[in-house]
Amino acid sequence: MNVLDLTRLQFAVVTIYHYFFVPLSISLAATAAGLEIAWWRTRQDRFLRLTTFVGKLLIVTFAVGVVTGLVQEFQFGMGWSAFARFYGDVFGPALAIEGMLAFFLEATFLALWHFGRDRLPRAVHTATIVIVAVGTVLSAFIILAANSFMQNPVAYALDPATGRARLTSFTDLLLNKVNLAAFPHTLSGAAMIGGALLLSLGVWRIASDAAFRTLARLGAWTMLAGGALTALTGDRLGKVITQVQPMKMAAAEALYSTTTGAPFSIFAVGKSFAIRVPDLLSILAKGSPGATVQGIDDLQAQYAAQYGPGSYVPMVRVAFWSFRLMIGAGMLAAAVAAYYLWRTRRGRAAPHWLTRYLPLIPALPAAGNTLGWLFTETARQPWIAFGISKVADGISPGLTSSEVLASLLGFATVYGVLAVVWFRLVRRLARQPLTPAESAPESAPEPAPVY
Amino acid sequence: MITFWFAVVVLAWVLFFVLEGFDFGVGLLGPLLGRDDHERGAAVTTIGPFWDGNEVWLVAAIGVTFAAFPSWYAAMLSGLYLPIAVLLLLLAIRGVALEFRGKGDGERWRRRADALLAASSAGIVLVWGALLAVFTRGLALGADGSVTGDGIGRSLSPVLTPAAGLGAAAGAFAAALLGATFLSLRTTGPVRRRARTLARWLGSGGAAALVVAGIGTGSRLVLAAAVLSFAAGLLSRHGREALAFAATAAGVAGAVVAVFTAHGPVILPSTLDPAWSLTMTEAAATASTLRLLTVAGVVVLPGVLAYQAFSYYIFRRRVASERIPS
Repeated sequence: MNVLDLTRLQFAVVTIYHYFFVPLSISLAATAAGLEIAWWRTRQDRFLRLTTFVGKLLIVTFAVGVVTGLVQEFQFGMGWSAFARFYGDVFGPALAIEGMLAFFLEATFLALWHFGRDRLPRAVHTATIVIVAVGTVLSAFIILAANSFMQNPVAYALDPATGRARLTSFTDLLLNKVNLAAFPHTLSGAAMIGGALLLSLGVWRIASDAAFRTLARLGAWTMLAGGALTALTGDRLGKVITQVQPMKMAAAEALYSTTTGAPFSIFAVGKSFAIRVPDLLSILAKGSPGATVQGIDDLQAQYAAQYGPGSYVPMVRVAFWSFRLMIGAGMLAAAVAAYYLWRTRRGRAAPHWLTRYLPLIPALPAAGNTLGWLFTETARQPWIAFGISKVADGISPGLTSSEVLASLLGFATVYGVLAVVWFRLVRRLARQPLTPAESAPESAPEPAPVY
Repeated sequence: MITFWFAVVVLAWVLFFVLEGFDFGVGLLGPLLGRDDHERGAAVTTIGPFWDGNEVWLVAAIGVTFAAFPSWYAAMLSGLYLPIAVLLLLLAIRGVALEFRGKGDGERWRRRADALLAASSAGIVLVWGALLAVFTRGLALGADGSVTGDGIGRSLSPVLTPAAGLGAAAGAFAAALLGATFLSLRTTGPVRRRARTLARWLGSGGAAALVVAGIGTGSRLVLAAAVLSFAAGLLSRHGREALAFAATAAGVAGAVVAVFTAHGPVILPSTLDPAWSLTMTEAAATASTLRLLTVAGVVVLPGVLAYQAFSYYIFRRRVASERIPS
């Protein structure tokens, strides 16, 4: 592998890894806030105990998200300094403002919430976790705006002398139409993975405490609602992407020639066998069964004429499979959640076979989220910022492959160990009996709580 | 405008090094000054609610550097690729060790977390110290602002110089003194006693070393650092813990400002040819981006400072390291 491929691989590895913890944090923060408000309003003990439990999950998940997110903040300079130099004027402010506006809120108020239960008035304490939840959503919006710039560059002008991009309007950057479609889609996906984790742990521990049943059903409802929204928002995102990156949608179906009333393959084996739904791709891409969808070959010819010679075709096989497996994983996850809710309606117990395998459910939305990003990023190739700059032009000049190999091994090792430790810690936290946060007596100097 | 944003970037770095500096120091010393599980827990608890908020200053500093001076961000991080990667890995280990410490059960789990915390904190302050030394000397920037070279030596060689070694030693010393004065200020009982003794020794020992270095290099700044270090030791001896911490923090802040302003308008010197050095104006973003940052910064940063101060106020009470008979 050359230095470019290695650097791309490293970016993919650390970003996909980071994105396992991000949607979980977004979702768990909102759930913790909701549960604390529920406890505040109803005074039911189970809500307090669940708030504490979800809070612990949030703390350990957020910690991994923070340390891996820090790497993201540095990566653009380390591995992609040419991109940073030429697009820093547009891309940098998004990262800087996300840090100042959202990340500070999350980190500071999460600590206040976690350590401040006995030191803050109840309303203030509840407000701290609501602020954390708002902060995570704000973070997502701003970071997705940065990514949307790479998908569909807006709000910039190229300086003819230096070739650098100059930001023309931050509002336009934030309100990129790709961002407005991708943001709700991303949040819905986050709800699914967070709900799945709660459903999984709730079902696993249901015998030990009745409150876990509440948690399981809350998780299933979150998943189901998230699933429905993911489908709706995904449909909208697909149509926006068809407008700005028609190649991506053509690759998603491996549609080589421009077709009117294009079908969508549910499943395919090579080129000989496929289960196709007539007109579905036209509906997904353009919203009408008779619409014409541009094919890969035509787009390649068009781009070659527009941007100069070269290949503008992404990895079609990866795009094809990641797109439908993403949809499949999401739909299956939502269906399982709906089935669980149905079988446990009005106090019924779920069948044994279901409770036995349900703890594995987070794998489905996790796969859906990862495949979604894999599709989004790989099917944008060869562009780093669509239509204006290629990935190969973004890499740091001078970077050597041995440096990237060394750092990739370092990240893979440390991240691998972190994942194992995180998993065992979550399992351990779930095994402990649910307890309300013990209120330490107010005395000065206070005894050190085990932190 | 450019100078103003340079000042903001330096301020963000100063806040990061002072705030996170003391929690690096506590991470480094806490597990050593606490003789048993309870005492180590007390030491770590002093930074529990703060370290994450402190670390966001790193995110802010690097983010603002990226936004306001994209070429500086690009040259610095790509030229120091591997040391930065090592730093990020150590920061990852440290953050997780801190947050996971109390979540597992058993003393063995916590002891392991403490060992990781101390080791990663030590590594981080050494690397940061070396990097700050490199910033003052510059990188082998070519005409296009990039560093070329072979293999892993390309980005590793700048931190393998004697100057970087001295920087690493200074970094470890500064973090240890910050940590010791902070622990003596924020705890009661045996940890406080030991931290105070350590601050006394570190303060005077460091002052002696700095005087030698100051006379050797003829640098007035190093002599000023020696005075502050001596003051910190003296103040610790007389139980003026808050002042001792403040003197150390002032020393660290002054050192960071000195590093970033060492070459005037040049923010990253080239060791190959002065003409290839990166100046503030060359590295800066365009006026519209700087204006946007000004609006965002003026609205947001005072708020951040206010709620972080609120957090320090809420958790202002000392942590007891002695055992309270129940």
